[in-house]
Amino acid sequence: MGELWIALLKAFELILKRDPEVMQITLRSLRIAATSTCIASLVCIPVGGLIHFYSFPGKRILINIIQTLYSLPTVCVGLLVFVLFSRSGPFGGLGILFTPTAIVIGEVILITPILLGLTLSALSGVNISIRDNALSLGATEFQAIWTVIREARFSVVAAVIMGFGRAISEVGSAIMIGGNIKGFTRVLTTAISLEIQRGELEFALALGIILILLSLVVNIIMNMIQQR
Amino acid sequence: MLKIVDLHHRYNFKEVLKGINVEIKRGEVFVLIGPTGAGKTTLLRIIDQLEYPTSGRVYFDGKEILTSPGLRLKIRRRMAMVFQKPVVFNATVFDNVAYPLKVRGYRRKDILRKVGKMLEMVELKGYEKRNARKLSGGEIQRIALAQAVISDPQVLLLDEPTANLDPLSIDLIEKLILDFNKKQGATIVMATHDMSQGERLADRMGVLMEGKLIQVGSPREIFYNPKNVQVAQFTTRNNILKGVVSQNENGITYVDVEGKIIEGVSSFQAGERVYVCIKPEDITLSLSKSRTSARNLFPARINLMSFSGPLVEVELRCPFPLLALITRRSAEEMQLRVGQKVYASFKATAVHIIG
Repeated sequence: MGELWIALLKAFELILKRDPEVMQITLRSLRIAATSTCIASLVCIPVGGLIHFYSFPGKRILINIIQTLYSLPTVCVGLLVFVLFSRSGPFGGLGILFTPTAIVIGEVILITPILLGLTLSALSGVNISIRDNALSLGATEFQAIWTVIREARFSVVAAVIMGFGRAISEVGSAIMIGGNIKGFTRVLTTAISLEIQRGELEFALALGIILILLSLVVNIIMNMIQQR
Repeated sequence: MLKIVDLHHRYNFKEVLKGINVEIKRGEVFVLIGPTGAGKTTLLRIIDQLEYPTSGRVYFDGKEILTSPGLRLKIRRRMAMVFQKPVVFNATVFDNVAYPLKVRGYRRKDILRKVGKMLEMVELKGYEKRNARKLSGGEIQRIALAQAVISDPQVLLLDEPTANLDPLSIDLIEKLILDFNKKQGATIVMATHDMSQGERLADRMGVLMEGKLIQVGSPREIFYNPKNVQVAQFTTRNNILKGVVSQNENGITYVDVEGKIIEGVSSFQAGERVYVCIKPEDITLSLSKSRTSARNLFPARINLMSFSGPLVEVELRCPFPLLALITRRSAEEMQLRVGQKVYASFKATAVHIIG
């Protein structure tokens, strides 16, 4: 308990003192997770709308696959991105392995099934007549889909929060494809893992607390958006 | 304005619309009547392009509407539909009513002006900032109507717009519909199973039963000259009696009903099986045989009397069953009571004979 208390004090000290390294790692974590969540949301919410509103062969199977991928192991994603972007891989020429971009790609892949699946279940909770009403009142197909998404905004925002939560707490693939390079690809989770290995338990705990506080702040902001 | 040609529609192998052909004129109030499940909603949804028909054509102002997506949107924006169970968006009353204008790209200034005027019309002024989901059924129905009407559609489709509403809300909605029809010259297609509402509002009616449009005509034609026994049974509280034509003399048809002869006007010939329809309000009751020029006069016994407001429904046995509708005042003057013997009379012209 004493350790936790000391760590808490240390965390606040690091935050208040604006420790440059901690600030840098925190901002990087936030930036990578937010970028991944934004990209995945921009793709998944409209695509979720299309999957929900249009019938096509294999739709049920597709939804099952999406739901299965909720529990996609992060190391598998790390491995996949690693193989794709390593020098000998098909996209090796891009030279993005061990960069923040690679981590973003990994996180986008990781949270896409969650965002897509939760968007689909959010939309299926909306009364079917909402779309008919929108169309009948003169909306285009796109405007009608957007109206339904707006109706489901509480659940859709919850899906985005879930996606962000998974992205910022991700460690397995971030180490594999980011490399945990100090000052470049080191994020909160990979730093915690490293500090524990180095025996810097207090520092690791402090970073952990910052990570939780960060999630809390993001959640509060998203909740405020939800209430609007 | 609207023309529907040989329209068929199936849901999971069940044919719900069977060869609908009808033309709805510009500016008229066309009421579709029929029992629940007859296909009224499906027909309205197909006109509003929310569903594709299995086969057939729908024309709007001479143009076929099921062709290109661009044309579909253009035509859909000249129509609006109010659903039987209207859903409002989870937003304020203002945003709900403004929706059709927003999707059409109206300027904010025009939206403010039009929504204000519309809310005044549907008597919901002051409700702008309230969440539409939290209002009563009658208020939600008025919002749905305001949403439909605000874009000045040329065709307004209404699916049971007053089902489950209180009489005051029904009055207001009917008044709004008629106002919109008269002032804007909009064509109205309304589905209802409420006969009296159809009679109050319709210029013409169409009777839809089991997916078929059985009869189209003025309310008078539908109520007084039903095409067949199903229409007669559905449209009013008719006396419908089975019988066989025993003779036809110069247009006067003598129909044998349970051993009694009822005289009516038709071209049915002897031996044909027919139904005799007599409206309850066309039957006169008297205590004696005298003073009647009606061709049909039967001694009867009162089986049951039920009072409803200023009217009394009297069930008679002649011995065939007959329902008469008389005023409470005349029932009191004659001191009618159950078990009493009376005379029921009706004119031959009040007898409608169908095959």
